[in-house]
Amino acid sequence: MANGTAQSSITMRKDAWWVGPLVTATILTVFGIYSTWRAFANVDFLVEPYISPFYSPYILASWWPLSPALLILWAPLGFRATCYYYRKAYYRSFFMAPPGCAVRPLAKEGSYVGETKFPFILQNLHRYFFYAATVILLFLWIDALYAFKFEDGFGIGVGTIILILNAAFLSMYSFSCHSFRHIVGGKLDVFSKCPTRFRIWGRVSVWNEHHMSWAWVSLFSVALADLYILLLAKGIITDIRII
Amino acid sequence: MATAKMRVYRGDSSGGGEVEYDVPVEEGMVVLDAIHFIQANYDGDLAVRWNCKAAKCGSCSAEINGMPKLTCKTRMDSLPLDKPVTVYPIKAFPIIKDLVTDVSWNYKVRKTIPPFKPAKDTKWIMYQEDVERSQEFRKCIECCLCQNVCHILRNHDKKDAFAGPRMLIKIAELEMHPLDTDDRQAFLRTDAGLGYCNITKCCTEVCPEHIHITDNAIIPLKERVADTYFDPLQWLLKKFSGSSKQ
Repeated sequence: MANGTAQSSITMRKDAWWVGPLVTATILTVFGIYSTWRAFANVDFLVEPYISPFYSPYILASWWPLSPALLILWAPLGFRATCYYYRKAYYRSFFMAPPGCAVRPLAKEGSYVGETKFPFILQNLHRYFFYAATVILLFLWIDALYAFKFEDGFGIGVGTIILILNAAFLSMYSFSCHSFRHIVGGKLDVFSKCPTRFRIWGRVSVWNEHHMSWAWVSLFSVALADLYILLLAKGIITDIRII
Repeated sequence: MATAKMRVYRGDSSGGGEVEYDVPVEEGMVVLDAIHFIQANYDGDLAVRWNCKAAKCGSCSAEINGMPKLTCKTRMDSLPLDKPVTVYPIKAFPIIKDLVTDVSWNYKVRKTIPPFKPAKDTKWIMYQEDVERSQEFRKCIECCLCQNVCHILRNHDKKDAFAGPRMLIKIAELEMHPLDTDDRQAFLRTDAGLGYCNITKCCTEVCPEHIHITDNAIIPLKERVADTYFDPLQWLLKKFSGSSKQ
């Protein structure tokens, strides 16, 4: 038995442990509402030469009655939902399992099954979402390169820079992934026999240390890229051509 | 000289409560010094387990202002001394007396981990890049702070189903060892209860040795278990290439 008699309150911590989960929950909720609205909207996602990352690759299927964004967004959504960093973030901020270290979880004590049962056992499929999200990422890079191609030829607009940065941030988020780190070399026990994989693993490990930062930066960049194109499409702002 | 109000838990398995002491704070003082001051000046029978006072023996774990920490590594000037400082025994294990708890469960679990198993004809040559990962895990001082803060053990008391972060880094140390030949995937999934961990990283946050318990041990182990049990492609590859151990 645990030593429950000495501490029976929710927590004895005196610092502002609740700030982190609260901020995380707020940001993820706002992003969730915005991205759901935009995914279902099916308008204002294309302003030549820019396309919103929520709609890329743009799939026109006659058999699909809903927004085409829904055909692709399952991949990045699944990738983020099963991401080892985001798991920590939402287990703490939404499920309160636990909300903070040395803070009592919300679930009834003893009822916890973690990731041993459905649905959370599906977190083990993270690598498959990584593969799918990487395919989508490839299209985002194509879009970012296409954003240099204006009607009057080569050019660079603010939108071009935003789409390039978005693809770059998403790449850093994807390739700092724990599953990718495992695939490229983490699974090996003897690095000395595979020096190339060891070097790649070492590089990915450095990126992986900042996986949380890339997770947030890329979340903001993808939302801002979409918002920029939405505002352009609605005529609220105009794109500034740099070149 | 500033004075700290120390509220120290006094009691045993039958119950107890906080007792307040005034302790003069000197430069460089740590919480364990304050406890020793209380022993020397107020209550000689205040029970505390300690040994090295250098953050290496892992004996003096306690909960200071609600956070699991080593009392010998927590400086008094790092705490807000305008409020009373609480010192409690670690919550996840049964109390013996005052700040001393019975952590023997951890050693029992430790014994169940399949030990290092080299091949019969092993050539005892290892390269630094092959042992580096395991060396990080060998920094563990077995202070049990990670075991204590883990909500699976601390709040849900799943000691019959989950081995805890300390044991998982021990398994990672063995699994990633270049000369080890044993396969602990089944043990990890069943006996060690790896699936219970929801990687909220509290173990990493409290580790006084700054071991990246979650990123470098638990998540790589989860990925290895996923290779074996949740990834048909890897399963097929293993069928063709034999054991994952090299």
